[in-house]
Amino acid sequence: MSFAFFLIQLLNGMQYGLLLFLVASGLTLIFGIMGIINLAHGSFYMVGAYLAWSLAGMTGSLTAAILIGIPLTVVLGMFLEWLLMRRLYGRDHLYQVLLTYGLILVFEEMRSILWGDDVYGVKVPDLLNHSIALTENLSYPVYRLGISAVCLLLAAGLYFLIKHTRLGMMIRAGASNREMAQSLGINIKLVYTLVFALGVALAAFAGMINAPVSSVYPGMGAQVLIICFVIVVIGGIGSVKGAMAASIMIGMADTFGQILVPEVAGMIVYLLMAVVLVWRPEGLFGRI
Amino acid sequence: MLPTALANAQSAKLRVGLMLPYTGTFAQLGTGVTNGFKLAVAEHGGKFGGREVEYFVVDDESNPGNAPANANKLIQRDKVDVLIGSVHSGVSLGIAKVVRETGTLWIVPVSLANELTGPLCAPNIFRASFSSWQTDFPLGKVLMQRGHKKVVHITWNYVTGQENLAGFKEGYEKEGGKIIKELFVPFPQVEFQALLTEIASIKPDAVVAWFAGAGSAKFLKDYQASGLKGKIPLFGSGYLTDGILDAVGNAAEGVETTFPYADDLDIKKDKAFRLAYVKMFKMQPDTAAMLGYDTAQLYAAGVNAVKGDVANKVAMIKAMETAKIDSPRGQWTMSKSHNPVQDVYLRKVVGNENKVVSVASKALADPAQGCKA
Repeated sequence: MSFAFFLIQLLNGMQYGLLLFLVASGLTLIFGIMGIINLAHGSFYMVGAYLAWSLAGMTGSLTAAILIGIPLTVVLGMFLEWLLMRRLYGRDHLYQVLLTYGLILVFEEMRSILWGDDVYGVKVPDLLNHSIALTENLSYPVYRLGISAVCLLLAAGLYFLIKHTRLGMMIRAGASNREMAQSLGINIKLVYTLVFALGVALAAFAGMINAPVSSVYPGMGAQVLIICFVIVVIGGIGSVKGAMAASIMIGMADTFGQILVPEVAGMIVYLLMAVVLVWRPEGLFGRI
Repeated sequence: MLPTALANAQSAKLRVGLMLPYTGTFAQLGTGVTNGFKLAVAEHGGKFGGREVEYFVVDDESNPGNAPANANKLIQRDKVDVLIGSVHSGVSLGIAKVVRETGTLWIVPVSLANELTGPLCAPNIFRASFSSWQTDFPLGKVLMQRGHKKVVHITWNYVTGQENLAGFKEGYEKEGGKIIKELFVPFPQVEFQALLTEIASIKPDAVVAWFAGAGSAKFLKDYQASGLKGKIPLFGSGYLTDGILDAVGNAAEGVETTFPYADDLDIKKDKAFRLAYVKMFKMQPDTAAMLGYDTAQLYAAGVNAVKGDVANKVAMIKAMETAKIDSPRGQWTMSKSHNPVQDVYLRKVVGNENKVVSVASKALADPAQGCKA
């Protein structure tokens, strides 16, 4: 591997890592910060991708699809929280697992009824539909770099929200002690509804923005679900910084694993998780 | 007593078990096979060998773990006369275990795994589709004719991917070609960027890929986005460009594949099949639909020969073995190991169609390695 290609692979790893962070960000909020086990995260991702496809088909523009799609998914998140999730906060995690697993099945079936079982493609917006030449025969799609930029912005925003805003304080207070926060006059019900809705919207947003790159297909949610949990666990429960670090680590491990040790490339992410958890059971930036 | 029982058996409905994926990633294929099968039944007036066809349906969810239990459900509980399934090779391997013990007549409509008509072959096991090997082997010759002597092969690191690599390698090395690098993506991951970069640094004469479904769509798009398209020609076995052309825009344009079916075959039967299918289901048939159609034709050949007396297995199997199937993909016959002997076409993507370039291999039979029956 020449030095130029090594640099390109670094870029690949970084870009893939940022993409993973984008997909995992909603889970960081719902599972990482609020402690709700949400197996339906992948389904929300899928819903986002299918929304992007169908709305982009109607409006002719992915940007418009995202602008319309986000409020829709926020409403979906608030509705689900109001109808289902809020009944389970006081209960054991097992109930959350059962409920959100049920949601996966419901969303898969609804997807099949509403949108069918075909593979669909979403067009990259014209503005970003270019490539930058890197070597004589390799170039880099601008859209992917655009996604990376969005991921960085999103990470910064999320970090700021949790650490430096009043809402973030309420979220953290509610996560560490629900009753206490409530008796201090925080409308904890509303906070939870908002956070859950934000988590759903983030997952859906990831699906939307990723749709032109990944295509839109049945079962696409299941593919991202496991890696998202791996990221939150490696990063440490409750840490946006940790999730970011874990995403980049996994992006790099996966990229270089495929090239340097192809025989075990499929395992390498999980090996990494095992090593991290042996070394720091609470995750990279976890506080337990 | 006996004649009445026989008469009853022949007037009773024919019990057909469909064990196919109706949910999950392969749902579309399961539906295609079912529709194709039903079309052929309808063309026979709803009856094979004078007996009305009745369906028993199980969704196998492409879950190999449940395959033996699902197959048993159809065989023991529903007492089906024939079992049709499945798409996912792991599921079909699970069915193989069961039917090799019960002796139930089984037709594989889609699964590619070589071993189904290789080491696992048996008198009661038939395949209506093709083996992995058949779709890949002819590609080697095509590449050498074009002067592509050094290629990179890329696929998923799992059974079917490796089978496809092996089939291609055999055909390619026989012609004197050399695979300079075999690249594997963990299954079912679809992040190709690292390996595309690797391909760019190796600069082979051509790239040969095997992916399917959404994986193909993503690979074709990434191949284009990385700038490799147009610089290093891309080839593959048929599933690389099957069923996803509408989804990938112009990313697949010009990609050439070998496969026993195509979108613009000049075959009377194919035109009739497509017309009838559109009329019955209000949508275009795909490869899976054609395979379901042939599965039913193959079964009809057996049942008609014994006039519905499916208890006469020896005669029925004999008839299926010697049948000449007038298929939309062109006529085919059965090999000794019960796998179709068929033409494999070289196709090129033009617009959203896989158009025939030439016949890459005439009447190609699977070598059926390990079949001792």
